[in-house]
Amino acid sequence: MSLRWFADWLDTHAWSTALHESLYMYPYIETTHVLALTLFVGTLAVVDLRMLGVAYRTTPISTISQSVLPWTVVGFVIMFVTGLLLFYAIPVRTYHSIWFRIKVIMIVLAAINAVHYHYRISKNRILWDNAPRPPRSVRMTAAASLFLWVVVIFSGRMIAYNWFDCDRPQPDWVITLAGCVIDEVASL
Amino acid sequence: MTLLEVFQSLEEMWIGEAIRTSYWLFPFIEAIHLVGLALLGGTVLVVDLRLMGLTLRSRTASQVLLNARPYFVLAVVTMFATGIPLALSEMIKLYYNFSWWVKITALPLALLFTFFVRNPIVLRERASNLSLGVLGLVSIVLWFTVAGAGRWIGFS
Repeated sequence: MSLRWFADWLDTHAWSTALHESLYMYPYIETTHVLALTLFVGTLAVVDLRMLGVAYRTTPISTISQSVLPWTVVGFVIMFVTGLLLFYAIPVRTYHSIWFRIKVIMIVLAAINAVHYHYRISKNRILWDNAPRPPRSVRMTAAASLFLWVVVIFSGRMIAYNWFDCDRPQPDWVITLAGCVIDEVASL
Repeated sequence: MTLLEVFQSLEEMWIGEAIRTSYWLFPFIEAIHLVGLALLGGTVLVVDLRLMGLTLRSRTASQVLLNARPYFVLAVVTMFATGIPLALSEMIKLYYNFSWWVKITALPLALLFTFFVRNPIVLRERASNLSLGVLGLVSIVLWFTVAGAGRWIGFS
């Protein structure tokens, strides 16, 4: 329950409430979060398409990575900071959101995929850096990256919908996955 | 027939009706619209950042453009294929929505600019670096106006 305790604690902050109820600040942050998708997932997709061997086939993978990935990092930083603020504005409901939980798991998997590529698969990049169509392991990493970030976008968008919220009557599996506190579950 | 009546009859079409009566159709299409946004933004940005000299400087601008273009077109098609059904499900709301009018004005401008101004000039490979930079900047401003106004439809 410690994470729920943390969410409860954030919820007591006056700034959290102020942000949630603000007329313009919350929409501005949310819009920045969504527009940063273009910089983060959009530029990452360009790198992944190169690694899949379907775009920029005559450009070395290292050239694309070194030149485009810094922009991806800028996009990620913007998404992470605005994402934290969005969580801070609505901590308890977001903590219990099944979609948010799926999103976080997918982000962790995408991070593992990226680290695995960086420290293992790209070790012998010199052998396939110029290859129009890189080896299978490289293409698999790129496909996994694209798939995982698409799921992140999907689940992130679904957080806005209250289908599985704890304050509505829910089947047992939702209560379990969302970690709803029984005393707080609506009875109907 | 007034414009509002046109919007009303568009909203009454079966496709909008199907989306309105479904629990999950609108969110599902909307999520695909967002995935399309990411691809659209990525393929716009990589070209425009190159035009401004901020990425892939070892490649020519036309090379960067030609490689991004098929995926840009794919993204535009995805956006229309998802955006039109979304709009048809709430035409009357959109009629009164200022952000939507901004978006729907900026969108044809962005498309015309991309296909008839930016791309032909880049592919001719005769423009100066300064004019290429201006093309990139104008493109980014136009496309981010479309995207920002689009997100704002839901708030206003």
